[in-house]
Order: sequence, then C-alpha cells, then structure tokens
Amino acid sequence: MTVHTPIYLDYSATTPVDKRVAEAMIPYLTEMFGNPASRSHSFGWDADDAVENARAQVAALVNCDPKEIVWTSGATESDNLAIKGAANFYSGKGKHIITVQTEHKAVIDPFRELERQGFEATYLEPETNGLVTLEKFKAAIRPDTIFASVMLVNNEIGVIQDIAGIGAICREHGIIFHVDAAQATGKVEIDLEKLPVDLMSFSAHKTYGPKGIGALYVRRKPRVRLEAQMHGGGHERGMRSGTLPTHQIVGMGEAFRIAKEEMELENARIRRLRDRLLAGLKDIEEVYVNGDLKQRVPHNLNISFNYVEGESLIMAVKDIAVSSGSACTSASLEPSYVLRALGRSDELAHSSIRFSIGRYTTEEEIDYTIALMKSKITKLRELSPLWEMYKEGVDISKVEWAAH
Amino acid sequence: MAAYFDYNATSPLDPRVLQAMLPYMEQATNASSRHSFGRHARQAVELAREQVALAVGAHATQVLFTSGGTEADNLAIQGLAAALKPSQIVVSAIEHPAVMKTAQMMRRQGWQLRVAAVDANGLVDTDDFRAALQVPTGLISVMLANNETGVIQDVATLAGLAKNQRVPFHTDAVQCLGKMKLDFTALNASGVQAMSVSAHKIGGPQGMGALVFDKRLDISPLQHGGGQEKGLRGGSENVAAIVGFGAACELLDLSSTEQMKEMREILEKGIHDLGGVIFGEHAARLSNTSFFAFPDVDGETLVMALDRANFAVASGSACSSDSTDPSPVLLAMGVDAKMAQGAVRVSLGKGNNVQEVREFLQALQGQLVRMKQFMAMAA
Repeated sequence: MTVHTPIYLDYSATTPVDKRVAEAMIPYLTEMFGNPASRSHSFGWDADDAVENARAQVAALVNCDPKEIVWTSGATESDNLAIKGAANFYSGKGKHIITVQTEHKAVIDPFRELERQGFEATYLEPETNGLVTLEKFKAAIRPDTIFASVMLVNNEIGVIQDIAGIGAICREHGIIFHVDAAQATGKVEIDLEKLPVDLMSFSAHKTYGPKGIGALYVRRKPRVRLEAQMHGGGHERGMRSGTLPTHQIVGMGEAFRIAKEEMELENARIRRLRDRLLAGLKDIEEVYVNGDLKQRVPHNLNISFNYVEGESLIMAVKDIAVSSGSACTSASLEPSYVLRALGRSDELAHSSIRFSIGRYTTEEEIDYTIALMKSKITKLRELSPLWEMYKEGVDISKVEWAAH
Repeated sequence: MAAYFDYNATSPLDPRVLQAMLPYMEQATNASSRHSFGRHARQAVELAREQVALAVGAHATQVLFTSGGTEADNLAIQGLAAALKPSQIVVSAIEHPAVMKTAQMMRRQGWQLRVAAVDANGLVDTDDFRAALQVPTGLISVMLANNETGVIQDVATLAGLAKNQRVPFHTDAVQCLGKMKLDFTALNASGVQAMSVSAHKIGGPQGMGALVFDKRLDISPLQHGGGQEKGLRGGSENVAAIVGFGAACELLDLSSTEQMKEMREILEKGIHDLGGVIFGEHAARLSNTSFFAFPDVDGETLVMALDRANFAVASGSACSSDSTDPSPVLLAMGVDAKMAQGAVRVSLGKGNNVQEVREFLQALQGQLVRMKQFMAMAA
C-alpha cells in the first residue's frame, strides 16, 4: 500500500493551505508588501486592490455584498466581535441571549463573558442527533431576547442546523441572529441573500486558506450595528482596527474562490470516501455514530467505540492524525461537551474519534484507516476487562464498583 | 521600481523569513492538536516565542502572540482595565490611534481619560505627567517611540514616577523593535509592565504581534474561546506568522541603525538646505525616521508628486492617512495646523541606500520648484 503515515484525517481542526492559495499569497509577501492603509503610494494602492479583490471573492462564495465583509484575525475573533459587539450594542432593548450547548468555545466563552457582564443566557440542549428543533428554539425566546447564535456546521459531529428556520423565527421576534460558519464554507452552500442571518463568522484555515485570517459578515439591509472590540486606526469602517495582513487576506480570497468553483465535485468525492469509511467501520461491534447522518456534511464522521479506553485508543491509532474532541479543547482530558450534550455517557464520549476528510484524502488512506481501526479496536478490547464482562453478558451500567 | 521610504508603515518581508514560514503555510498545523502534526506546530510556536523574547529582552513566558500591534495595545488597555475599578487612565497626547482610541473608549466603562501634554520636541512634559498622577490613576500608556516623528520617550523615567503608586504602565513599542535596543527586563525594573510589538515593522509578516508583560499583571482576555495563549487569547494560533515573527526577530541586526543615521543625516541636511522644518529634530529619535514640512507647501500634494517620481513616502501615519486632517501628533507638539498639513514622513529601512536618498533630494527639490511655480501662477 502506498500510504504515508501519519495519515491526516483532521481537516476540521485545520486544513493544509492549497498550493494555489500559497502561490497567490507569495507575491504579497515579497514585492507587493505595502500596507493597504497607505494612501500615498502605489505599494499601498496595490495592497488595497488585492484586499478588495479578496473581499469580493469571499462575498461571492456566500452571496453577499463585499461591503458586508469585515476582515478579522480568524473565526474566534469574528465570533467575539459578533456576539459581544451586537449584544452590547442592542443591550438597551434587552439582556437575554440564546445559543446552543454544542457551539464552539469561541461562541460559548463570549456568552459566558456576557453573563459575567449581566446578560442572561440560555444554552439550548440539542436533540440526541445534535440538531436543535425549531419548537425548542421558539420556546426559549423571551420578550427581552435580543440576540441568538447558532452554528451552521458543528465542528465535532458535522451536523447542519436549520439556519433558515431559526433565522426566520429570529426575524419574526426582532432578534439579531449570528451564525458561526467556520466549518461550513466550501462544504454547504451559503446564500446570504436568501438566509435570514444578520452576522456570520468565517475562517480561512478550515477551507484551505491560511491561519490567522477570518471574516465577519455584517448585514447592511436591514443594517446590523456592532460595538467595535478593537480600536485604533479605524480600519474596516471602524468595526475592526489594525493593519490588514494583505497576504493572509489574498490567501483567504483565493481559498474561497477555489471553494466556490470546486465544492460540488469535491463534496461528491468526499462523500464517497466518507461512505466508504463508514461502511468499513460500522460492522465493528458496539460502535455508535455521533450526530445525525443525513443532515450532516460529508466531511465528518464521529464514532464512539464502546469498551475501549479513550486515551489508549488515541495512542493506538497514532498512524492517523485525528481528534478525540475539538482541537481547541483537546489539551484537556474532559470528555467532549458536545457529545455529552447529545446524551452520550462519559465513556462513549471519551472513546470517540472524529475523522474529518478533506481535499487530499485518498481511497488508499481510507482503506488503511479502516484496517488499522479494526485491528486496533480488536486488540484493545482483548485487553479490556469491560469488553470481557460485556461479552459475558454483564450489564456494566449496573455494576457497583468498589471504592478505592 | 519605486524607492520605498515608508518602513514605519510596513516593511517588506525578509526572504529568509519567508523561507522559514513556507513549511508552516503549506502544512496542516493546528498547534492545539495533539497528533504529530499538531505537536510539530506547537514546537515551532514555542521556539518563535523564545526568539521574540530574546529580541525584546524578556522571558518567553512573558510573550503573548496577538494579531498585531493594535490587538496588543487593545489587550493591554482593555485587558488591564477589566480587572480594575474604573478610575483615571493617563496616555500621552501623541499615542497611536490603537492606544488613543482605545483609551477614549474606556470612558464608556466609567474611566476618566487624562491626556498628558508633550513639548515642542514631542517629549512628554514631565510636569504635566506628574500633575496627571495627582488624581488617582489606574492605568498608564505612553509610547516608547512615535510612529510619525520617531521621537523616543524616556519611558523609564515616566514609569518611575508612577511606580510608587503601583499603577500598571504600558508602552507601545511597535516602532522600536529592530530600530533601537529593547530590553523589557530593564524597562520592567523601572516600572513598565507591558509592551506591544509588531512583526510587520521588522521584516516579519503582517497580522502578527505580541504583548510582552509582567506576569504579575492581572490581564483579562479580549478574545474568548479555545483557551489558547494560556487562556489570554482564544483562537487557533497563526503558526506560519508566529514562526515568521520569530525568524524576523532572530535576524534583527541593530548595527544597521548606524547606516540609517548616516542616510538620514544626508537627507536632513538636504531638507534644511531646501528650507524645510524637521519635527522633533532636537529630541532623541529613531535613526530611520524623518518627519518634515516646507512652509506653504501642501503635504498631500507633495507626497503625490513624489509618488509619481517613484518615491513612496507617507503624509502621516498610515493608519490615519485616509483622512486629510493635520497630524494630531504635530498639533500636540504645538505646530500650527497649516504647517502640520504639509508634513511628509520618510522612514528608512534596510532596503535603502545613500544613492536613493540623494535621488530623493533631487526629486524633492524639483517638485518644490514646480509646486512653487504653480502657486505663483495661481496667486
């Protein structure tokens, strides 16, 4: 087999930069190095042209006006700016805000910060398939609800929320609606002309662009207002100050251009790979797919392997680079809060693996992964007393363990 | 190719920095991932942190990566203020907008803003600064060197005045890195507790900076989520840019400041000969920066004319050069508005040479003659 290990199956943590993107960036790292805010010479004007061209490319992927795109240092900053910026701006109208338990930390943590500042937050519990129902969302709305944030595609389980439905409810109630779409670009079609969304966060490095650059969509009609979080030279119409990193922006533009052009074909290919992976793994005993399989991007497969200890699982499969939780929190040993919110036990959450497939994944790599998983799971279970008990028919949830 | 005389706005990326960055641009490297790709990225980030620390005279644990100087300034001011009961914040009259605007915004949170005056040379007036501290003060920010004039403040002395009151003191050193010796440890001993630096002013990439700070400070994050940078700055690390910042720091060579000084002497002698006025001339300045004006000559027009003659210079700080208002820095120094309107900034860098400076002076002379003829015709 001609695979090189470790095999990268962690595209939801970050993607490699597409060669075409890197090539587009390099001129702006070398001869065209100007500060786009310099208004007095061609170095500045060239950089500014490149920034505006990239803004149009980003806008084209999500069908909005380029003027509605604000550059940031990444989706985390976009989320922070959207959430704290809008909640503070509209706080005169109310102090209640809504999100979902399975959001990315870049949404959850700003919500916690707003709670410290006196806002009241509702964290909706999703259904066991990871999706939020419109009824549940509607039921959470109060007269003083001003803001809601629901992600388009979940980073851990890849499920796609009903943004159109939730957005329509928000419109009806005059609630500013933010969507974290960091994991969605190039994977699902986004049409902001049609979607009732006020703010949307984007990241470059999840879509084969560089790290350290993102964008926030800020609707102009009807106009959404924000309190800037970073002050200074008044860049980005005062919404986000700081010298614009031209090469990064050019990279994001090119990455989004490629995504628009190739997503249809690419997603079909990735779906075939994901189906192959799932077909190869689903016959292993006691495996559970986390999150809805239909309303889901094809790039993601999140599976819990029962009766296998989480840490040893990760050690055993080090030939493949995968996540056992979202990358941002994988330094901690707590079970994934996303899987816990789906009602998974600590054990199943711990023994979960997120396979995320991308542009450079090959069929050979998928086959290698299937074979590796099968053999390692078998080995680990041979060593597991829990597996032995399960095989003997003991109901482990009813076992009373001796304290020690 | 035009001669680039706008290094204080941004500097070209050093080709060696690009080489250092390339592997990290093309790989999938989330420094928070625990697999081998992630661990490799993590090591690169930590090496860069050491390199930046060495260049600024700090310990690696004191270096926090941000998306640039503006974010570092915002983090210092907003992040420190968050843990304090609102009182007075003192800044100098010549701060970069990243500090000045942020300090102004703090008024919304109940802070009083006190702007300390500067003298005709652009140096903070110590008497006024002392007077400002008579009022209970929670936070101070005074820049180390000004982006427009290059004038270097005696920050250590100012911090010393505030030290007895144990007021957190931040300095924006974005323009200083690579242009003068930076020693955070020494500044820290004088009472400076936080310092902002930026990568793209030293041949590193845009979109990268750092806040260097005394770990005893209580800083709250500006950007929440993910817990990176010890919880002080959420967001996936910009690995390639961090590596680039480290590499640029490693390549810093302060011996070039002598060449800058020589070039600037030639430049400024020429400017004097043409009847120009140099701002902050009698104060200690960054050796690469010259901010000047010619009486009755509009700066914007002169800058455009110089651009056509293939010399890229600035008419004010890049960030605010969208506006045609006279430089607030010059107004604070007591320069009259009309004169300030004429200001042109030349900031030199390692790509420049004496020949370019001489050619620039010739072009300048030619443009001045031409502009004066036009004005005579119009009069």
